[in-house]
Amino acid sequence: MTASDTSRSRGTEPRTVVVTGLGATTPLGGDVASTWEGMLAGRSGVRAITEPWAEQLPVRIAGQVAVDPTEVMSRVEARKLDRSAQLALVATREAWADAGFTAPAGEDAALPDATRVTVAVGSGIGGVTTLLNQWDVLREKGARRMSPHTVPMLMPNSPSANVELEVGARGGAHSLVSACATGAENIGYAMEMIRSGRADVVVTGGTEAAIHPMPLGAFAAMMALSKRNDEPERASRPYDKGRDGFVMGEGAGILVLESKEHAEARGARIYAEIAGQGLSSDAHHIAQPEPTGRGIIQAVRAALADAGIPLEEVLHVNAHATSTELGDLAEIKALREVLGEHASRLVITATKSMTGHMLGATGAVENIATVLALYHRLVPPTINLEDRDNEVDLDVVVHEPRPLPAEGRISALNNSFGFGGHNVVIAVRSV
Amino acid sequence: MAATKEEVLSGLADIVNEIAGVPAEDVLVDKSFTDDLDVDSLSMVEVVVAAEERFGVKIPDDEVKNLKTVGDAVEYILNNQG
Repeated sequence: MTASDTSRSRGTEPRTVVVTGLGATTPLGGDVASTWEGMLAGRSGVRAITEPWAEQLPVRIAGQVAVDPTEVMSRVEARKLDRSAQLALVATREAWADAGFTAPAGEDAALPDATRVTVAVGSGIGGVTTLLNQWDVLREKGARRMSPHTVPMLMPNSPSANVELEVGARGGAHSLVSACATGAENIGYAMEMIRSGRADVVVTGGTEAAIHPMPLGAFAAMMALSKRNDEPERASRPYDKGRDGFVMGEGAGILVLESKEHAEARGARIYAEIAGQGLSSDAHHIAQPEPTGRGIIQAVRAALADAGIPLEEVLHVNAHATSTELGDLAEIKALREVLGEHASRLVITATKSMTGHMLGATGAVENIATVLALYHRLVPPTINLEDRDNEVDLDVVVHEPRPLPAEGRISALNNSFGFGGHNVVIAVRSV
Repeated sequence: MAATKEEVLSGLADIVNEIAGVPAEDVLVDKSFTDDLDVDSLSMVEVVVAAEERFGVKIPDDEVKNLKTVGDAVEYILNNQG
């Protein structure tokens, strides 16, 4: 047995999982640096939708991506991809290069081995705009005129499959779907792949591009969206008494996760450790959060136990906080309950106040924000919190970024919850 | 009025460029769509539909497999345009 065979066998000790590459495209910017800078500056990425189709809708605001993906890829490539896959590819290219990989897996002499690279990238809704646009083509022009790329564009695993093609991953490509917890759930799954020894490198995260009249109208029909059409930048306001629903965003967040020994062997820069995950389901309602926060409490406890992190080490929570009254308060109540006395010693933030709610991408982009908060020891603020709900009695970072302790090991939790009662909590630890 | 051979070739070159990104000047009669121009089977369907529309011809699915080169397509279109 060679040394390399040994490293591939499933050991009894779970392996440590680290983050070595980050990529994002969001309403705040076309990459991680501009997104992070926008968050620290407390900038809103929410705008009025200027396309004529929005005129007839009750909701005419959204967090559209700051950089059109078709401007940063070839025309030929773009026409074969739904926008959700376009966004995922843009973020993947950044993350893969950020991890220090200069060619697809297996194509150069350097690491990694392509058969040990896996993908776990999900989307909440998948290629919905392709589905709707091609339905229009069918009705208006007939079946003969439909794009032959329709099926590979609209299938929900399309972003995952295209990421696999992009990086040359031959170890498997997965796409877990759990509504607005999708991005986080894929990261948790990726962590398990590495821990258990089934992969050395996993490209993971989430993507979404559903700003189209049908999904917008459908969310509006649920009374889930803010109708603050005249003040788009002030519309996403978690914890504020004036909140009136979430703002739909779009984007993608991609992380390169790696076993610690694999990352160290190649001298990679390590941002943070993905230390554990907690999963639960509310078993309460298809769209409403369970009001006592029972499921969230269970997921937070499970994440801490899975990571082996003592409560005192957790100094930051990137909250799900979509800016709906029921959801925001259930989460606060749950954090209070599970953190007890310690709750007053940590800072929480709601970056959706700036990005809007990027659905299947949101857990991944917020995980990147959590990783960067630990890496830079700086928590981005929550904006639009002007008249705080009395029930929000935790230390929310408002308007200005807040430094975290400069020394010592610190940890953070990243919460993501989705329709269906999916609760995913990812524990991140500094290195 | 029916298109000339030069017009058909030049039109096909534009279509292949638009769909597959191949430089129009590389689209020559002796080139194979799959082997030389890297037009995969899905993109070939797009090329055929765009050519039907542009030149007012019908290219049945059974016929598509016979269109191996750009020259095959030019000949088919010339012989079948209305």
